[in-house]
Amino acid sequence: MTTQAVTKESGKAKASLGSRLAEGVSGGLVRVFLIVVGLFWLVPTIGLLLSSLRTPADMNESGWWTVFTEPAQLTFESYDKLLQNSDITDSLVNTILITVPATVLVVVIGSLAGYAFAWMEFPGRDWWFLAVVGLLVVPVQVALIPIAELFGNIGLFGSMLGVILFHVGFGLPFAVFLLRNFFAEIPRELLEAARLDGAGELRLFARVVMPLGGPAIASLGIFQFLWVWNDMLVALVFSDSGSQPITVALQTQVRQFGNNIDVLAPGAFISMVIPLAVFFAFQRQFVSGVMAGAVK
Amino acid sequence: MMSSAPTAGVPEPKIPGAPPRKHKSVTGTRRTVAALFLLPALVLLGALVVYPIGYSVVRSFYDQSGDGFAGFDNYEALFTDDGIRTALKNNIIWVVFAPTIATALGLIFAVLTERVRWGTAFKLVVFMPMAISMLAAGIIFRLVYDQDPDKGIANAVWVGVHDTFAQSSAFPKAHPGRESPLEAAGGGAFVTKEPVRLGEPVALPLVGVAPDQMPGDAARAVAAKADPGKVTGTTWQDFTRGKGVGTLGAPDASELGYPGMRIEAVKDGRVVASTTAADDGTFTLPAAAEGAQLRLPADNFKEPYNGLDWLGPSLVTPAIIGSYIWMWAGFAMVLIAAGLAGVPRELLEAARVDGANEWQVFRRVTVPLLAPVLAVVTVTLMINVLKIFDLVFIIAPGSSQDDANVLALELYRKGFSEDQPGIASAIAVFLLLLVIPVMWFNVRRLRREVRR
Repeated sequence: MTTQAVTKESGKAKASLGSRLAEGVSGGLVRVFLIVVGLFWLVPTIGLLLSSLRTPADMNESGWWTVFTEPAQLTFESYDKLLQNSDITDSLVNTILITVPATVLVVVIGSLAGYAFAWMEFPGRDWWFLAVVGLLVVPVQVALIPIAELFGNIGLFGSMLGVILFHVGFGLPFAVFLLRNFFAEIPRELLEAARLDGAGELRLFARVVMPLGGPAIASLGIFQFLWVWNDMLVALVFSDSGSQPITVALQTQVRQFGNNIDVLAPGAFISMVIPLAVFFAFQRQFVSGVMAGAVK
Repeated sequence: MMSSAPTAGVPEPKIPGAPPRKHKSVTGTRRTVAALFLLPALVLLGALVVYPIGYSVVRSFYDQSGDGFAGFDNYEALFTDDGIRTALKNNIIWVVFAPTIATALGLIFAVLTERVRWGTAFKLVVFMPMAISMLAAGIIFRLVYDQDPDKGIANAVWVGVHDTFAQSSAFPKAHPGRESPLEAAGGGAFVTKEPVRLGEPVALPLVGVAPDQMPGDAARAVAAKADPGKVTGTTWQDFTRGKGVGTLGAPDASELGYPGMRIEAVKDGRVVASTTAADDGTFTLPAAAEGAQLRLPADNFKEPYNGLDWLGPSLVTPAIIGSYIWMWAGFAMVLIAAGLAGVPRELLEAARVDGANEWQVFRRVTVPLLAPVLAVVTVTLMINVLKIFDLVFIIAPGSSQDDANVLALELYRKGFSEDQPGIASAIAVFLLLLVIPVMWFNVRRLRREVRR
């Protein structure tokens, strides 16, 4: 037995039966507390799911929790109706058409800049990088009015491209920050070896830096994807009825909340499915993105 | 979610013992190549982030149309306009409470999950709301906070708890019918016109309770038996569907008693005895009730308790903050748990060996060691909360949106529905000024690292 274990043992010996009992009870209390908290966190989402599986008539009658005693209420009726509603399905497609390019562009443009900041030499490099880092915390609200005017002048207002560009602009500071720091940790020898084999900057970037940057790029991609998919404010300002994503389409129904519950509940749930799938599939990358000290 | 921004420093992983490197270009790249790599990012950042900052600052000094110089008028409006002042006040409430509560909960969860085997599952559940949009979270909480206890779970639970501890009234709208022995006694109570006598059963018929509102345990009403030493009687719903009162003043075959009705015997304004009716409506009072008048106190007839008006003017901001905490406590928990994993176990053990109990270990060792992480989490959430928009926009119903107003929402209204771009720009600049300290902190911290 190590000395440490001995001291611990003798310390324990002093602990009376009563205090051990107290410890057991407190262990039980911790468990009960965490279960109650867990329920607190789960119940609202379960409420949405079950509400989306009931008819509006039932929703007006009684609470969603009555399905536990009368499971016959469950029906896909609202989903059927929703999927025939072209406003909603079109906006769901728009969400994808906005989110995918906005994510890819941020990753590509951010990687190019991150690589340049990490491994190229040019005057004022560190100052440029610090300037980009300074932009990390700029609130999107600052840009709404100026960019609305700018997009109005160049014909981008109301277009999907405008929404995409805005998301790319505000995604870049984090992208450059995260990727520069990650790329800077790539061993110099790897880059030099590739260089000796005659690779140019572009090949070096595509064949060495990008593959090695995989984990950081994954974190960034997931973050940007979730941010754009879940955004409502930017699209609310810059999209029109033809280019609006699902968040904006649903938002217009919230004013008559009680009457539109058969659209809102299944709509909200459908809009959550992809982010939740991404979240569960890539938890580790998601958490390491959070760890990077940056949640946008 | 996530319209907030990064911050403030969770230290990045460093490779221990790595020699300080100079990130020189591997083989003196030409500047034009570097410029080409940087160009897309710098152009987009310049046009979409830097230019708007400058534009907003300039715009905030011009009037509504943008033609006339307005000096500080728009900034003055920040402190004089009623809408903006409410928004400012609410933003302060948000910034003070939301980050601290979320961080405190995150800390508690992070510490406690270490003690159970299913800690990972718990963390997943609490962290999950971070992945969904604030719009979806808003819809989720509109459902939770629905005023009707038969729809909103918050009020369903609240009313349940309330009725467990406070006496619930079972017979709203019950009142004496015609030729009733009862009369109104003020305040919603009813009292018998005549004093009661021992051995003479009393009838206390009422009408007016809707059939579906009758308590489930109500049984067929029966006439009370006379008892020479006591006052007995029946209280029941003197109404038979399709037949009216039936036999006036006596229970008919299909008439139900009022189970749980409270009955007080009052003599000279003083309650001398009281009881509650059985399922069949019968009740018995001791001999002391002889000569008293019987009173059915008002709390038998109150409207049922309907819960809190969560989204009404006074509770709407705390209610929305609750939904924010639901979304973001997981963020705090995950960051703090990571910090906790880095706390040397020997330190905690040493404190325990020295006789510290768990609370002292937590208070004196764990929390101080985690202080930097706690600070980072709180500051990040503060920046995030400063810009809160979606949750308020979605959860606050039209009728109380003015009471729930926050700066980001007011900016949106002024800029896009009230056509006041000057004032909206002033709000934007104000928000920017508030995050500048964090901006400065980020840059300073990184300058040291870049110069490695």
